[in-house]
Order: sequence, then structure tokens, then C-alpha cells
Amino acid sequence: MRTIQFREAVCEAMSEEMRRDEHVYLMGEEVAEYNGAYKASKGMLDEFGSKRVIDTPIAELGFTGISVGAAMNGLRPIVEFMTFNFSMVAIDQIINNAAKMKQMSGGQFNIPIVFRGPTASAGQLAATHSQAFESWYANCPGLKVIVPSNPYDCKGLLKAAIRDNDPVIFMESEQMYGDKGEVPDGEYILPIGVADIKRAGSDVTIVTFGKIIKVAFEAAEILAKEGIEVEIIDLRTVRPIDYDAVIKSVKKTNRLVCLEEAWPLGNISTEITYMVQQHAFDYLDAPIKRICTADTPAPYSPTMLAEWMPKLEDLIAAVKATMYKN
Amino acid sequence: MAKKRITKEVYLKWYEDMLLWRKFEDMCAGLYIQQKIRGFLHLYNGQEAVLAGALLAMEKGDKMITAYRNHVQPIGLGVDPRKVMAELMGKKDGTSHGKGGSMHIFSKEHHFYGGHGIVGGQIPLGAGLAFADKYQGNKNVTLTYMGDGAIRQGAFHETANLAMLWNLPVVFIVENNGYAMGTSVERTANHTDIWKLGLGYEMPCKPVDGMTPEVVYDAMHEAMERARKGGGPTLLEIRTYRYKGHSMSDAQHYRTKDEVKEYQKKDPITHVLDVIKSKKYASEKEVKKIDDRVKALVAECVAFGEKSEFAPADWVYKGVYAQEDYPFITD
Ligand SMILES: Cc1ncc(C[n+]2csc(CCOP(=O)(O)OP(=O)(O)O)c2C)c(N)n1
Ligand SMILES: [Mg+2]
Repeated sequence: MRTIQFREAVCEAMSEEMRRDEHVYLMGEEVAEYNGAYKASKGMLDEFGSKRVIDTPIAELGFTGISVGAAMNGLRPIVEFMTFNFSMVAIDQIINNAAKMKQMSGGQFNIPIVFRGPTASAGQLAATHSQAFESWYANCPGLKVIVPSNPYDCKGLLKAAIRDNDPVIFMESEQMYGDKGEVPDGEYILPIGVADIKRAGSDVTIVTFGKIIKVAFEAAEILAKEGIEVEIIDLRTVRPIDYDAVIKSVKKTNRLVCLEEAWPLGNISTEITYMVQQHAFDYLDAPIKRICTADTPAPYSPTMLAEWMPKLEDLIAAVKATMYKN
Repeated sequence: MAKKRITKEVYLKWYEDMLLWRKFEDMCAGLYIQQKIRGFLHLYNGQEAVLAGALLAMEKGDKMITAYRNHVQPIGLGVDPRKVMAELMGKKDGTSHGKGGSMHIFSKEHHFYGGHGIVGGQIPLGAGLAFADKYQGNKNVTLTYMGDGAIRQGAFHETANLAMLWNLPVVFIVENNGYAMGTSVERTANHTDIWKLGLGYEMPCKPVDGMTPEVVYDAMHEAMERARKGGGPTLLEIRTYRYKGHSMSDAQHYRTKDEVKEYQKKDPITHVLDVIKSKKYASEKEVKKIDDRVKALVAECVAFGEKSEFAPADWVYKGVYAQEDYPFITD
């Protein structure tokens, strides 16, 4: 099969959907003439023209709200945030308007819109540029939230998001855009809300999503050498969450570690933990562990940042702790 | 405050300051390539006159706040450049002990209120500093800087209205350097006279040549005097140019090399040096002395940064809250 970069998967998904439906447009800072701040819309201005690939000034609140309005009037916008840190400027339009419109209007107005861009840390970018808001958006009814971890999932899920008739938050990573992966020629769509077992194993379940899954893969290899087989579940979607997939795996392994690049209080791991104790309490052989970022803003310095990020050795230790090994 | 005369001393200070800022930034670019500075790195090269002119107009207790292109403003205000360099290198002796990095330099002592990474985020803060000065009866003025890109944020427009409504002692300074990343000013609005955005709020406003510190000083002095005397805010669009890319990974396809060269012909440092030479404010030997001093200081900054250590990893929990024993979640 051919291999493409994550950024190419993003670009292909958007381009295919724009060829298919002229109501779809792409709007955001540097998406057109600059080909995307991270080159995820390379060539799209040339193909679709400036009517449909639209550069904006730095005015997130404005162009987000305008796109929600456009979605109320027949269009299917894709709004790019240069990073989701900057979506904070626009979050009122997402939470109070996009997420609520269908319900508030008694079902009259659905909002078929995709908000996409990179999330979480990308090296030493410090406090305002390293945030993961997956659990913030996932907390809000009315939204769907997708966080793919490889080019194949990215393309299939982004196409699904663009075709979806509800508002979808689609979160990528600067540190994944260059990642390569197998992506078939031709069209495919992946279902929203379905997790994927990225590695099968019998001893401990690791539930994770997004780029931090790479740490789980690393841990799995190291642990395999010690005879511990972890099962890695990639949630792919964090609203709705595929609880069944997680519970099924836990019923098999009886042990669960959640890995998430986010602050700990009320994050996705917390939610998974609640549901697992609710539905698989008797299957658990050990308390559930979670590995997240430190409970602080992200620091700049490399040493503090390494401490702040979810750590490989902590993950390995957590897996072993659920097996009462050290 | 009476208007200052632009004396020989002023020109010599301007030359030394601006040269230091330029060489400091050049050094940062080099350290970035060596991966001793990481993350984003936004350099001030070309825009020095905007700062030099403003500093001359500032009085004790006046305040400054800006965006992420912020290494040299604190130095101009008196922060030890070695500490700024240590911050850029992520070290313990940096202005934020390595927590803030390139985009987030602060100095309470020198009234430099940051260093802000979210475009437009600092604009209301600047007016807030002014609000607090007025509230407390201080006769100080806050200089609130932003880029030509930043002024398109709602934050500016809400703040402009409030600042006029409450007659705050603030000067809004748009450093129009032609571009917001790859987006030229022409592509962000239906007109290019950014200063006119003040008109709708009946805020005194005007365009200013930002390549000559004398002109910047005049405009700043006028605006700051107005604010100090209770006359409220001003919006200045200071027209300048950024020589370097937006950050360090910018292929700059959106402009030509000739365009950069055109602006470099109006270089503020060259201009000040020309004045010094034509008015015989310093001999060549004396100029060379300044150059050497600057070079030595920049080298010292690097040595200081290199020697300083990284803060211990568990400092990640230090200084997040005012409450020192705040119970962080650690499992
Ligand atoms: C809210 C927000 N949106 C987008 C960005 C990404 N970004 C950083 S700098 C920048 C351009 C700003 O240009 P300008 O205001 O002209 O300042 P300059 O860089 O020219 O000094 C952009 C889009 C950001 N940091 N914050
Ligand atoms: Mg600019």
C-alpha cells in the first residue's frame, strides 16, 4: 500500500470532500496562500480558488462565528485553527452557538461544521501554546470530538467529520504532520465513535488517543521483552466514547492504565475510570492508573517540560503496578 | 513633562542600545540553529526605532506590554540582558527561571508586563494596567504594543471602546511591520490605514514613521503627555519592517528579497550612526569602542546563559499559585 504523511491525509480528506460537495469550504489563518501554517492545505488554493479556500486575518472569534452562521444557511464549513490554543478566543461561538443551535431551535438548525487543527504540546512552546482541550470540548453536549493518531485514521475520520451533520472538533498534532503511514488509494470513511485496538495483548489494557499513543507503543515493546503483553486501545473519538471497546478489553485483561496528554482533573481518563468501575468493577484485579501531564501550565525549559509530559517510565511503572510487579 | 532635546548623548545611547538589541537577536538566531534556544523565536531586527523612541518618552513608573516579539524591550527598560538570554536558553537564572521561554519575558521590577503568546491577548491587559494607575491616582502611562495582525482581534476593538469610555492613560501602538506571519496588511482589511481604526472611537490617532527614533519619540511624547494630563488614549500606527522571518521556520515566499533590501536602506541603526558621524558626536574610534562593548556584552550573555543550570525538574510545581502549598494532583 502507498504511504503518505499525516498532513497529506488531512489535505486529501478535505480536497476529496470539497470535490464531492461544493458547499464545503476551508477557512482559517494562512490556509490559502501560505498552504497552511503546517502545510496541511498544500495546493488547495490552486485547485479550489479563493472562494473556497479562504485566508482570514487573526480574528478567530469572527471567522468561527461567521462559519457557524454559514452552516445555519446551507454551507458546510471547515474552520482551521492554527492550533487549538487559539480556539480559546473563539470558544464562545463553538460552545454557545455551534453546540447548542440544533437543540435550542427545536431541531430546526443543525450545524454541519468541522473545527480542526493541532492540539497539545509540540516541543518547548511553553504555557499558552501547549494545551490539550480535548476533555473541555468533549464535556460539551452537542459537539463530537475526534483525535486521530495516524494518517489512515485521520483521513477516514476527517471525511466522516466533514460529512457529519453535527459540529465536529477534529484535533491533530504538529508533531504528527510529518508521520507517515499506509493509506489506501481511493475512498473510505471510518465511523465516528468507534475505538480501535492498535495492539492486541492479554495482560494490561492501555487506553489512550492522539499523538501520545507513541509512548504507549514504546512501552509495549519494552514490556513485551519482560513478558508483559499490553493491549493498546486508541479511542480515536472522545465524544462519543466507545465505552464498550474499553470495557470488553478490561474484562479480558482485568487491568487498566489510561494514558493522556492533558491535565488530570476531570480529563478523559477520569471519565473512562468512572465507566469502567461502573460496568466492570468485578473484573478489575488492580486499581486503575492514569498517566497524564503535570497539574500545571506547560513550562518551557527542556528539563521541566520532560517532567511535565506523560513519561514513558511512569507508564511502564503504572502497567507493572497493576500487575503488582516492579 | 517637557519635551526632551535629542542631544548627542541621546544619539549615542540610541546607537548603543539599538546595536545591542540587533546583535542580541542575531546571536539568538545563531543559538537557535545550535538548538540552544528552542520553540518559537521571533526577532525584532528592523523595528528597533519603535522601541528607542518610546523609551526616551517614558518616565519613571510608566509601563510597557507587548506580544511575543519581546526580547529586547525588557533590555531597553533595564533588565539584565544576561537574564533574558538565560530565559531564552531555558535556564534557572532566566527572567522566569526557564518557564516562560522566548515568548514570555516579564519584569515586574522594570515595569515590563510581558511577553504574550496569544495574539491580541495583551491589549486589554495594557488598558487594565492603565485602569489601575488611574484608579490609584498614579500619573503613569502604559504603552500597549501590538502587531498589524493583532489589531484585527476583537480584543482590540472592545478595549479601544472601554479605554475611551473610561478615559484611560494608555497609548495603543500598532507596530505595523507589513506582515502577520505570511499575511500582508493589504490582505487583512479593505484599507491599509490601520491608524484610522481610532476614528470610530474618536480616539486621537495617526500614522508614524517607525524607522527613525526621533519621529517615534515626537509621536510618543505627544500621546503620553495627553494621557498623563488626563486626555485619555491614543492610537499610533508606527510603520516599520521586520527583516527576519516571522519565527525561525519561515520560507518567506510572501515577499521578495528586494523588498527587504529596500527597507534595510532606511535602517534605524544606520540612520542614527549617520547622524553621529555627520554631527561629529563621536570619532570612529569611539564608535568602535561602542561596537566592541556591545560585542562583549552579547558574548557575556551567552556565557552566562550557558553557565546557568536548568532549574530542577520539580520546579514545574513552583510558582503556579500564590498559595505556596497548593495541593496539586500528582497521581
Ligand atoms: C489568537 C492567536 N491566533 C494565532 C496565533 C498564531 N500567530 C502567532 S504570531 C501571528 C502573527 C501576528 O502578526 P502581527 O500581529 O502582525 O505581529 P508580528 O509577528 O508581525 O510582530 C500568528 C497568526 C496566535 N499566537 N494567537
Ligand atoms: Mg506584523
